[in-house]
Amino acid sequence: MNTEHHFAFFDEGSKKEIRRALLKAVAIPGFQVPFSSREMPIARGWGTGGLQITLSLIGKTDSLKVIDQGSDESVNAVSIKRLVQQTTGVEVTDATAEATLIQSRHRIPEVPLTADQLLVLQVPTPEPLRDVEASEAKTRVLHSEEDYSGAWLQLFEQVMKYGRTATGADHPVFVHNRYVMAPSPIPRFDNAKLHQSEALILFGAGREKKIYAVPPYTDVRSLAFEDYPFTTESFDGKCCKLCGADDVFLDEIYDEVTGVTDYQCNDTSYCIEQLNAQTSQKGEVEHA
Amino acid sequence: MGYVAVKGGTNAIKASIEQLQYNRIKGGQLLEVQTILHAMKALVDQVMSESSLYAPELAALAIKQAEGSMEEAVFILRAHRSTLPRLHYTETVETSQMRVSRRISASFKDIPGGQILGATTDYTHRLLDPELQTETHEDILEKITKYQQTQPESENARTYPKVVDYLREQGLFPTYQHDNSAPFDITKQSLTFPAPRSARLQTLTRGQTGAVTSLGYASLRGYGQVHPTVGEVRVGQVPLTIAHPHYADDPYYIGEVEVTEVESFVPTTSGDTLDFEIGYGLCYGQNETKAIAMSILDQCLDHPEAPFPTHDEEFVLLHIDSVEASGFISHLKLPHYVTFQSKLDRAREVRKEQEQS
Repeated sequence: MNTEHHFAFFDEGSKKEIRRALLKAVAIPGFQVPFSSREMPIARGWGTGGLQITLSLIGKTDSLKVIDQGSDESVNAVSIKRLVQQTTGVEVTDATAEATLIQSRHRIPEVPLTADQLLVLQVPTPEPLRDVEASEAKTRVLHSEEDYSGAWLQLFEQVMKYGRTATGADHPVFVHNRYVMAPSPIPRFDNAKLHQSEALILFGAGREKKIYAVPPYTDVRSLAFEDYPFTTESFDGKCCKLCGADDVFLDEIYDEVTGVTDYQCNDTSYCIEQLNAQTSQKGEVEHA
Repeated sequence: MGYVAVKGGTNAIKASIEQLQYNRIKGGQLLEVQTILHAMKALVDQVMSESSLYAPELAALAIKQAEGSMEEAVFILRAHRSTLPRLHYTETVETSQMRVSRRISASFKDIPGGQILGATTDYTHRLLDPELQTETHEDILEKITKYQQTQPESENARTYPKVVDYLREQGLFPTYQHDNSAPFDITKQSLTFPAPRSARLQTLTRGQTGAVTSLGYASLRGYGQVHPTVGEVRVGQVPLTIAHPHYADDPYYIGEVEVTEVESFVPTTSGDTLDFEIGYGLCYGQNETKAIAMSILDQCLDHPEAPFPTHDEEFVLLHIDSVEASGFISHLKLPHYVTFQSKLDRAREVRKEQEQS
């Protein structure tokens, strides 16, 4: 039984079904469209939602970038890239600007995306109201009635308890003045990149069987109160020890031996590009 | 170094996979797919059932590749299933047409057609058999010949009436209208709640054997309100047909599958009469525990008003899937540096704020 894989793994009927769900998602920004999520050769919860979108959209001339936690070389990113490559033969790239299709877990790249690019985000928990309402049937009603008091109350309770909103990543956003949406666990730092994005941003939750989207040039606001405004992770006074960037999301790296805490760009391809630019400017190679 | 190195993930994965593949063969023993297919039928049946793909040879292959792990084998087979186009739906399967190899009732001693014990481990003594350690190919051939010589001509091709039909004739069970609406296909549509019964039964039948068994057990011992009597358990081959494009009464026969079917009788009180309702279970292959547990949960979910999680449709149906459960649990092994960094930042900020005030 040695047969070649179908292009992009799925049969054509499956791809069409997923694309149909995607069209609906684009037409109703922030709305969670149920779809017939297929079992994938990678585990549920490891990016199967994103992967299904990627496979249903990818064409032979695409250039694919996959990021996990900001890194192109993270094990799961490598694994997803290999699967897409094995079944499509498309080019892969680390350079954000060169990619036509970017699948990502937990980060939006630092390099601004363009209208020619698609960003696919993997989503573990697409329902922003799940913490306040366990039932799927009930959350669907809350969305349809635009009843977001639970989401606001949650933030209000945090303010009462901690004196500020205490969400980590996945801080809920309000899309196109209609739907409250989970932006996937991107850091609060990346929420702003959703607002009026030039690129189409697609969200896939495989296990929860939902697809949703933020179309280009759509208003996306992070939920916050006037007197307790939305704030991002703070890296004040810190910069990347490799490239010096101080306006990006940083990883904290603790050296056990010296006890010193350093910072590095979380987006590794951005960091390497910065380093390359600096080196070519100086016209010489520095060894770190 | 963490496993999101700036560079190096590619080599690490390559080495890991090589080591895994080596582990499967390092004992120097060759495991034939055909050996698994014929000598590990129970495992093959369970994998097919949880994968919702009836393909014994592919299930055996998946088991070999997964080194015997149920979880992995189901995972591989489900993924393979995603590459197959759905070409046809079969006509409704009539289990009264089953060629029965085993059929028992725990409710009645005398059932029309009689009880057929068939092959079951139920009455074996579970003592380790040291003879199997030294069993040779010659031994097997000898045992095969001996068994075949002592058996009367096979009556395997028989069909039997359903126990419940007999009770219906006697007026002990209500007769329901057949629901001939097209079933909800859970592989093509996302589950919605409340779920149609067809979606519920599909979800239960491909649920993880252990999970379905656990929840059925929970209902039985008090965390639920269904404690049935098994009306009929039957195991056998059922014929499958698909509709002829032009002649509705002349469908195509496309083969047969082995299934276990259970009808459980559950006493209910409505008004002042005692009635019975049926809990239904059906799964691929011979897996009676799962089919019985499924029949309990089917009945539980028919009565969602009970204050127990085993009667809560979302709780049961969203958590029994092998691929979904094992996938999300194991994702915790993936790096969570960004989300943790984000949470860490908040924890520090809150602490700083509290110290200042």
